Amino acid sequence: MGIKWNEILITGDPLILGSQIAILLTMIGIVGGITYLKKWKWLWTEWLTTVDHKKIGIMYIISAVLMFFRGGMDGILMRVQTSRPEMEFLNAQHYNEIFTTHGVIMILFMAMPFLIGFMNLVIPLQIGARDVAFPQLNALSFWLFFCGAMLFNLSFVVGGSPDAGWTSYFPLAGKEFSPGIGNNYYAVALQISGIGTLMTGINFIVTILKMRTKGMTLMRMPMFSWTTFITSIIIVASFPILTVALALMTFDRLYGTHFFTLSGGGLDMLWANLFWLWGHPEVYIVALPAFGIFSEVIATFSRKTLYGYKSMVFSIVGIAILSMVVWVHHFYTMGAGPGVNSIFSITTMMIAVPTGVKMFNWLFTMRKGRIKMTTAMLWALAFVPCFVIGGVTGVMLGMGAADYQYHNTLFLVAHFHYVLIPAVVFAVFAGTYYWWPKMFGHMLNEKIGKWHFWLFVIGFNMTFMPMFFLGLDGAVRRSYTYSVESGYAPLFFVSFIGSIILALGFAAFCYNIYWSVRYADRNIPSDPWDARTLEWATASPVQHYNFAKLPEVKSMDAFWYMKKNNEGLTLKKEELEEIHMPSNSGLPFIMCVVFGISGFFLVFEWHIAAAVAAVGIFAGLIIRSFDYNDGFHVHKEEIEQTESAWRNGEGEVNRYVGKR
Amino acid sequence: MDKKMKRYPIGHVVGFLSSLLLTFVAAGIALRTSLSFHTIMLLIGGLALVQAALQLFMFMHVNEGEDRKTQVINIAYGLIVAVIIVAGSIWVMSFGHHH
Repeated sequence: MGIKWNEILITGDPLILGSQIAILLTMIGIVGGITYLKKWKWLWTEWLTTVDHKKIGIMYIISAVLMFFRGGMDGILMRVQTSRPEMEFLNAQHYNEIFTTHGVIMILFMAMPFLIGFMNLVIPLQIGARDVAFPQLNALSFWLFFCGAMLFNLSFVVGGSPDAGWTSYFPLAGKEFSPGIGNNYYAVALQISGIGTLMTGINFIVTILKMRTKGMTLMRMPMFSWTTFITSIIIVASFPILTVALALMTFDRLYGTHFFTLSGGGLDMLWANLFWLWGHPEVYIVALPAFGIFSEVIATFSRKTLYGYKSMVFSIVGIAILSMVVWVHHFYTMGAGPGVNSIFSITTMMIAVPTGVKMFNWLFTMRKGRIKMTTAMLWALAFVPCFVIGGVTGVMLGMGAADYQYHNTLFLVAHFHYVLIPAVVFAVFAGTYYWWPKMFGHMLNEKIGKWHFWLFVIGFNMTFMPMFFLGLDGAVRRSYTYSVESGYAPLFFVSFIGSIILALGFAAFCYNIYWSVRYADRNIPSDPWDARTLEWATASPVQHYNFAKLPEVKSMDAFWYMKKNNEGLTLKKEELEEIHMPSNSGLPFIMCVVFGISGFFLVFEWHIAAAVAAVGIFAGLIIRSFDYNDGFHVHKEEIEQTESAWRNGEGEVNRYVGKR
Repeated sequence: MDKKMKRYPIGHVVGFLSSLLLTFVAAGIALRTSLSFHTIMLLIGGLALVQAALQLFMFMHVNEGEDRKTQVINIAYGLIVAVIIVAGSIWVMSFGHHH
């Protein structure tokens, strides 16, 4: 097997040594804390084995916040390193590793799980279902994502981080030029979590097509459900490409094949082609659910139905189709020729049309609305101008001929941060403030929320706006330092200060969570925002069976209609029936551990050990095939107790009854 | 279903005969003509597509039963994705090889 014991732990760098000690102490702290509080059994039965979509959603979101911290630290380190010319804070190799892990973690282990967390939490409630179509598969999806994320994060203390950029272009990412095991982590960890994401896509397509409650036609679905549906279709179309590309990468690195190598007839740019065939749809996989969140937030806090619902639906379908046919704009400079570059320039610019339609729809939704300036709404308001800057610079980059000038400069970096942060990060913050009471039964503090908002938005603009100008002046991306003579120093310093403010904004967010968990008022109604969609028609936090009686939908904005017409809000005792729910299962968590062990051995190229561990994966599949557990029934008494506990509270849904 | 079973399966017979015909034509083009390699590949490739479509409708019942809409959508979706990925990749990546 040739185990390289001396390569396992990274030694010699004070920053990494510090992280190793911190990780060790945190782990001892967590294990000790759980043992001291005797919470192991609770952790296992309530969380690790759960198949409840709401709890899975919460676990996704917690993981995403942690990954946000990790990816954010990488970002800060980069800005510190470039704060002054010829800085010697990080060396070139360390800088390479950090921008690589920053990109991978922020896209795959922060943005995606954050949004998938909200999909899990909200979608079954919005369409009036009791769970997703395949609850246990859903748990497996989460645990595979978690396994991939942990494996990837392990890389920087054990074995070395990948260092070929988040795109991992060949030939650099190949064995010839990156002989270390860092890029094996990339191939294996992304593969494992990618499988989980693919399962999520399938699960949500089936859930939305098959599990909608009575009267919930497709064209009555809330916009977040629509965007989730279309996103799931894009996931199913594009993630298999990543799976295949990563498998070929693994073969190249581990078994000496020549798919992407320079020698032996490989085609290195084919990696770029396959990567972006997945990578561009991936941008819309994270952007569309974010658009959905903004649609919900804007409609709720403008107290109006979403303007141009049908055109919104056609826009997201149009974006989904176009997202599959623009991938070459990421590598115009490959030189595929004027024909190819022109076609892809046109398709790229066409995306601005449906996106523009959506923008105007949001603005018209707000027009003449009674806008409430909650923190969630502030994020949606800030999204509009910031995202437009990102979109317009995107059209500039989208023109093949012009792209030769901008390519590989900080202009591009500024552009995609101006797209991804307003769209995805602002959206997940808006969603967090909006749906937090649905998750935990108390609100996040609005005052700290405004600190969070202003610090983050100002910090964001200060960090990335200078990069447009640096890029136009010729500052290249991924360069760990620059000379005094270049004249870049002042703008880089502004960017550094901005990143500190950005970090303070995130700290305010974390403090807000801490403060609200400890001190926030628990005595709030289940519908604190006077919202429009069905997730607010039940208790907060939601009881495990979601709805005692499945709601019947008669129009768009179903819950608003119910409130205005006083229909379906009350529940009679005779209407109660036993509810069939799926049982918990430990198998997804065990699969996560087995995948993790097998993946770890594969990263270190200990093939026999990996093969032995992989037997466990097949054992898990076989056990699942012979699993005849059909779930359990919730008894009427339990339902009655739960329902009367929340329905009779002061200011509850009952307050709409008889209001006319 | 019962009603259908009793009728003479004219569709199946036509499908079977035309499949045979298409196969023989393809074999004939490949073995008995002196067309260029490129033309032969194009012709038998085209015939293969016709035959695949024929099989789908005559024997694999894509347009029958409860799920016919789903099946047709799935096949169309699969075709579009395949065309974009495979044909698109070949088109994009085949630069610089014809000079």
